[in-house]
Amino acid sequence: MSAPESFQAIIVGGGLVGSAIAWGLAREGLRCVLLDEGDIAFRASRGNFGLVWAQSKGMGAPHYQRWTRYSANAWPELARELADAVGADVGLHQPGGVHLCLSDKEMADRADRMAQLAREAGNSLPFHYRMIEAAELREMLPALGPSVVGASFTPYDGHVDPLRLLHALHRAFTGAGGVYVPNAKVERSDAAPRDFRVFAADRMFEAPRVVLAAGLGNAALAPEFGLSAPVRPQQGQVLVTERVAPIFTMPTTSVRQTMQGSLLLGDSVAEVGYDISQKPAVMAEIARRAVLSFPFIARLNMVRAWSALRIMPKDGVAIYDQSEEYPGAFTANCHSGVTLAGAHARLLAPMIAAGQLDGMMDPFSARRFDVRDAA
Amino acid sequence: MYATRPEARPATVEVLVDGVAVLVPAGASAAAAVLLAGSAAIRETAVSGAPRLPYCMMGVCFDCLAEVDGAANVQACMVPVAPGMRIARQLGARDALMPEAGR
Ligand SMILES: Cc1cc2nc3c(=O)[nH]c(=O)nc-3n(C[C@H](O)[C@H](O)[C@H](O)COP(=O)(O)OP(=O)(O)OC[C@H]3O[C@@H](n4cnc5c(N)ncnc54)[C@H](O)[C@@H]3O)c2cc1C
Ligand code: FES
Repeated sequence: MSAPESFQAIIVGGGLVGSAIAWGLAREGLRCVLLDEGDIAFRASRGNFGLVWAQSKGMGAPHYQRWTRYSANAWPELARELADAVGADVGLHQPGGVHLCLSDKEMADRADRMAQLAREAGNSLPFHYRMIEAAELREMLPALGPSVVGASFTPYDGHVDPLRLLHALHRAFTGAGGVYVPNAKVERSDAAPRDFRVFAADRMFEAPRVVLAAGLGNAALAPEFGLSAPVRPQQGQVLVTERVAPIFTMPTTSVRQTMQGSLLLGDSVAEVGYDISQKPAVMAEIARRAVLSFPFIARLNMVRAWSALRIMPKDGVAIYDQSEEYPGAFTANCHSGVTLAGAHARLLAPMIAAGQLDGMMDPFSARRFDVRDAA
Repeated sequence: MYATRPEARPATVEVLVDGVAVLVPAGASAAAAVLLAGSAAIRETAVSGAPRLPYCMMGVCFDCLAEVDGAANVQACMVPVAPGMRIARQLGARDALMPEAGR
């Protein structure tokens, strides 16, 4: 092993979460290294749906609703700074979005959820939404099927090209002097307050800050730094159609059109552990709902399908934490790394650069699970 | 480059490639007909509009997408010719609401 390489921050994990934080830290002027395991890892950042989605996030957790809204608000700035830094077009289109309801029951349940979110939002950042009946919705989305009863709408939502986003974050990070090390699984570490050593790829890295953003890998890494990250894999599957001329004016939770013209169909959830095999029954259900929503989809060719694993915190709410035992060590875990990239790059990274999370992040600490488990 | 081997079947099936009649052997693919016709392109890509011709001839590369008898985005290398088949260029992304063609 060669001599230690010194940085001001080590970021573990080069997915959307780690890269957004790494870019934010590099933009703050910190000398950073980003360590990334490689192709054998489960990597949600390469298999997701690409929504920037605030509606329906944070039921019963107003801090999470607010954080998601901050991120949706920060997104146009993030897109602009990535364009300025590396000329990237990540395809951000944020015209608002709809969640389609296919029965009166779905519509009523959705209305309840949206009303609860609006109540919980309070007055400082009000949550504006509308339940839209089928007749009006048909004017917004002309190809809608007869089974659609209505939809919820919020103006905050949108979508991006998630692979372009990941690529742009990496280029912006390295362009700002950051060092990216692929095939560098963190195998061992020595933690001390504001003094960390991390061993990966037969090299030794040291820094006063370490950020654990290794997705599902965080569960094993966090205890080494006096932290915990109770996350589990949750499978989602996606179907992709051939490219078609632009047809949708806005994304929905389960069908969206990419900037290149393909339709992505998705939204499935399965608790199957570390399994990324595709299930025909799940694919059929995704297709069935997509065709009920937009009957023309039945005539399109399917060209691709995949499944990937979400990083699901125990209670569904993101985890951000700092180590009490080893100040300078941080974790970040969430199941909406596309949506939250704006907040990660523009709000979370400056806190980490300053060495301390803001008080508003307290409810995100994994200590919430200790309290609950003890009760 | 695509000269027909002497022992091959005679070209007996007439199809239309971009409106021009071409004779091809029975059992040949629509993509083969496009190559025999000497067309400059079978499609223009959906994103950049680049011209393309059939490439792998075995259903893998999707560079042979064409409008076959009015159906959009058909992999022409996977479709055997039939008398009178109309093979036209796929120009960019298809229209999502285009009615299903009778094929
Ligand atoms: C089907 C599906 C659809 C989704 N749709 C959306 C959506 O529409 N909108 C949205 O906002 N989110 C969506 N998500 C969630 C989003 O993809 C994730 O929240 C996000 O990608 C998580 O990023 P991450 O960086 O935490 O994790 P990952 O992408 O998993 O990255 C973790 C990285 O850490 C590395 N790593 C792991 N262990 C180690 C180690 N020991 N040492 C070094 N490196 C390590 C891995 O190589 C990997 O690159 C979806 C997810 C799925 C699966
Ligand atoms: S030529 Fe490659 S798929 Fe038809």
